Amino acid sequence: MHELSLVASAFEVLEEKAREHGARRVTRVVLSVGVMSGVVPDLLVSAFDSYKKGTIAEEARLEIAAVPVKVRCPDCGGGAVREEADFSCAACGSRRVEIVAGRELVIEKIDLEA
Amino acid sequence: MTVKTLTVARDLLATNKQAAEAIRAELRRRGILGVNLLSSPGSGKTALLEALADLFRGRHRMAVIEGDVETERDAERIRRKGVPAWQITTGGACHLEARMIGKVIGEVPADIDFLFIENVGNLVCPASYDLGEDLRFVLLSAPEGDDKPAKYPAAFLSADAVILTKADLAPHLPFDPERARAEALAIKPGLEIFTVSALRGEGVDGVAGFLVASLDRLRSGRA
Repeated sequence: MHELSLVASAFEVLEEKAREHGARRVTRVVLSVGVMSGVVPDLLVSAFDSYKKGTIAEEARLEIAAVPVKVRCPDCGGGAVREEADFSCAACGSRRVEIVAGRELVIEKIDLEA
Repeated sequence: MTVKTLTVARDLLATNKQAAEAIRAELRRRGILGVNLLSSPGSGKTALLEALADLFRGRHRMAVIEGDVETERDAERIRRKGVPAWQITTGGACHLEARMIGKVIGEVPADIDFLFIENVGNLVCPASYDLGEDLRFVLLSAPEGDDKPAKYPAAFLSADAVILTKADLAPHLPFDPERARAEALAIKPGLEIFTVSALRGEGVDGVAGFLVASLDRLRSGRA
């Protein structure tokens, strides 16, 4: 349940970007959230909605793009998109896979209103 | 009214990662091995540290940063072993963040070998926060059940070693250490897995040996 800390970090970025671009309001925020990032999208939306009151993003909509786990296999070179908690290579079954996606928590883009 | 879309591409954990990198660099410069301990509440993190303090006494020096929601209790337990300890109370927060460690790191004596950071008891949130450690231990106690690795994969995936604790209770419980081991290895092959009973002092030497070998590697890499 650290969604509120993450939302607080997001607002630091929103305020910085709005200031840089002389924007009056932030109207949309797009986040990439890996399924292995340890956060729950619904809780992130609730935290965002309570945090935004009285800020430059008061009217903003939070859009979340879920990122599936993607692994790379050093044994056969295969890349596979996996369900959570299955970290084997779909091609050769190796378990020495490296996780290349699915853990991100990234503000991809925001809409600013002048 | 004009609306423009701005590409930001900013990692929400970037600030924490930067603070963690600074801590890691500082600890390596001083030749100190940083170890972050993660587990559910009550799985024996403090008891393991007390057992390590007994084992290392006169041979290696350690210090401990304790993270809890409230109270100074864990730091007091560690100090009773003659080990310097700092208590961070998060006041409700479910994990430690690197900047909390950064505030304490200046007070940590320069001549120690190991700095243990005992995270807030929680197998979920602490997994996402790098504290600048060189090793991460995840503890799993017998009463919690052998099915936890697959239920909390992020924590086990982030671990360097898994320590199965309260081994003295395992014979009385439906806990299969082999299943716990197999589940952890399915998530992360190559994990070091130790079994300890801090109460009886069993298996703690294995963990201590791993710590000393890791410290030697850190210091030889530094030279």
